[in-house]
Amino acid sequence: MSVSSGIAIDVKGLSKSFGGREVVHDLSMQVRRGSIYGFLGPNGSGKTTTIRILCGLLTPDSGEGTCLGYDILKDAEKIKRQVGYMTQRFSLYQDLSARENLEFVARLYGLADAQGAARDMIKRLGLSGREEQLAGELSGGWKQRLALGACTLPNPQLLLLDEPTAGVDPKARRDFWNEIHALAAEGLTVLVSTHYMDEAERCHEIAYIAYGHLLAHGTVEEVIAKSALTTYTVTGDDLNGLTSELTGKPGVDMVAPFGTSLHVSGRDVAALEASIAPWRRTSGLHWHQSSPSLEDVFIELMGRSRDNFQ
Amino acid sequence: MSAVDRPAPAQGPVPIHAVRERFGFLRRSYAMLIKEFIQLKRDRVSFAMIVMLPVMQLMLFGYAINTTPHHLPSAVLLQEDSDLARSILKALENTAYFRFLYEVHDVDDFDNLLKSGKVLFGVEIPRGFERAVRRGDKPALLVAADATDPVAASAAMGSLGMIVQTALKHDLYIGDPPEMPFEIRAHARYNPAASSSLNIVPGLVGTILTMTMLIFTALSVTREVERGTMESLLSMPIKPVEVMFGKIVPYVLVGFLQAFLIIGIGVGLFGVPVLGNLFLLALLSTLFITTNLSIGYTISTVVQNQLQAMQMSMMFFLPSILLSGFMFPFAGMPTWAQYVGECLPLTHYLRIVRAIMLKGATMQNLRFDTLALAALMLFAMTIAVTRFRRTLD
Repeated sequence: MSVSSGIAIDVKGLSKSFGGREVVHDLSMQVRRGSIYGFLGPNGSGKTTTIRILCGLLTPDSGEGTCLGYDILKDAEKIKRQVGYMTQRFSLYQDLSARENLEFVARLYGLADAQGAARDMIKRLGLSGREEQLAGELSGGWKQRLALGACTLPNPQLLLLDEPTAGVDPKARRDFWNEIHALAAEGLTVLVSTHYMDEAERCHEIAYIAYGHLLAHGTVEEVIAKSALTTYTVTGDDLNGLTSELTGKPGVDMVAPFGTSLHVSGRDVAALEASIAPWRRTSGLHWHQSSPSLEDVFIELMGRSRDNFQ
Repeated sequence: MSAVDRPAPAQGPVPIHAVRERFGFLRRSYAMLIKEFIQLKRDRVSFAMIVMLPVMQLMLFGYAINTTPHHLPSAVLLQEDSDLARSILKALENTAYFRFLYEVHDVDDFDNLLKSGKVLFGVEIPRGFERAVRRGDKPALLVAADATDPVAASAAMGSLGMIVQTALKHDLYIGDPPEMPFEIRAHARYNPAASSSLNIVPGLVGTILTMTMLIFTALSVTREVERGTMESLLSMPIKPVEVMFGKIVPYVLVGFLQAFLIIGIGVGLFGVPVLGNLFLLALLSTLFITTNLSIGYTISTVVQNQLQAMQMSMMFFLPSILLSGFMFPFAGMPTWAQYVGECLPLTHYLRIVRAIMLKGATMQNLRFDTLALAALMLFAMTIAVTRFRRTLD
């Protein structure tokens, strides 16, 4: 595959075990160039491991594929030059200033004018005035912005962002996503893992991974449609009691509280409606059918995958 | 990085257990104690240290270290080959203080042996010695000792007169000789006043450099791993050798500054001479510094965290102090301990720094120790580069 083809990541059958536990199982995925690809899944589901395999930090036990046209098994060094990886934990040097961190990265990638590149990036990030502050003393939002800046400094073609917005306030989160969209508009491919549903909905495509298995992928609409889930939203009194009564009834795959309402979902519409029928006439409870949210779909997928893989 | 370990949703009410009020202090202490034991049990390196340190100390002090040296490597400058000369040598060797490794006939060879540290002791039997003794002229038997290590030299020197006299009784006379038939002229070379600061100051250069250089680099890689910066460093296009040089080179300068400081104080305050070439001293010191940094860096690629790095550095530092000839005479140690000592960079550097400062030795005299240092350095670097993990696997 040539470097200029339309696919940035193309991997098949990736597996990785640690100490006998399979963390990633037979994972295949394709990511289009210039798209924002969201990686979702519970903690410990294999998201970080997959990202590390893609950028050459881990060797898969089996599987093959290309990243930016380079073989992930043989060309790890070439991939590293073209990929910016933002780790889950802040991984710039806390005891270097923002400017020094950026200059370090610029020199490591062999940028001709490291100081100039760092200066431009500081301006771009809006860090002017803070460039001499130690990275460890910056606030969470600034740290994350600086880390993204350090990743994009060597002009990579692919960004791998591992839960970049964990622990960041909503405003900084929104700014960050605007930035990611701006980068994607410039042609950068972005693979980003997250726990937030609103972030998932800002991705061009998403993949849901649990227990090392890729369970669903596509656009948000496709993933919801493929789930074939019917959801009823209930509002009213004593929803807690209703939760325990409905759980386990035939056709009821999931009962989940959403703020002041309750989402009752199932894949078998007839069985679901039969099971909830007795409560639909209860006074004080208001039922209406709604389309399932992405969160409904994921929680249902997770519940189902636990049955399958544990 | 574990597989999914999401807990199942809790079922049923939270179970209620009674709280005991008495002996709260003991109970909490006990909880802490159990936790510490479990952690200690898991930390294999610390556990090994607890066992290894006392064992090592005992072994070293009990067996390896002997402040009364035996079998001092010695040379004889034989300018006449007489029966008397032979029996004196035999008598000296029989005391177990000396072991004659070289027999030379030329003064320059004799001097070079002492200067290079190949021998610590030299006996010179002048021409016409036996005849002069028989004539009753009281000729001089010259004894030269390398006093850069005064402890090693003094015991042997002190017993010299007695030994020779006893030996000669059997050869020359029946019954007690009226008096010593010849004079023993001892010469404590390089340090005639047996001043211990002449010995300690050059030694300190090596010891301090070992300690600081080792710790600086021993922490370097583990620090990156612990702070999480290693993950991002590994994802960037840098090679293990590049990481190593980047981490070692700054400390070469630090080490150089330290050496300069100690030697400066030694010369200024303690009057330690620098007889040899300063440039040679600087060059070989740089080699020694780099060797220690490489070893520290190797430790850093082997251990799991900074605490283990410190412990392992101490494991290396302790034998360096005890077996290198810094604290106790190298010649006094049994053979196995001397072999261990030869594997420590400090041993070689001590010979180098003492020889250059106190004896004015040249590169020619120090070839062996220089090569040994270079070999140790390359060995450590090779291990470090192969041990350095390019991936997080």
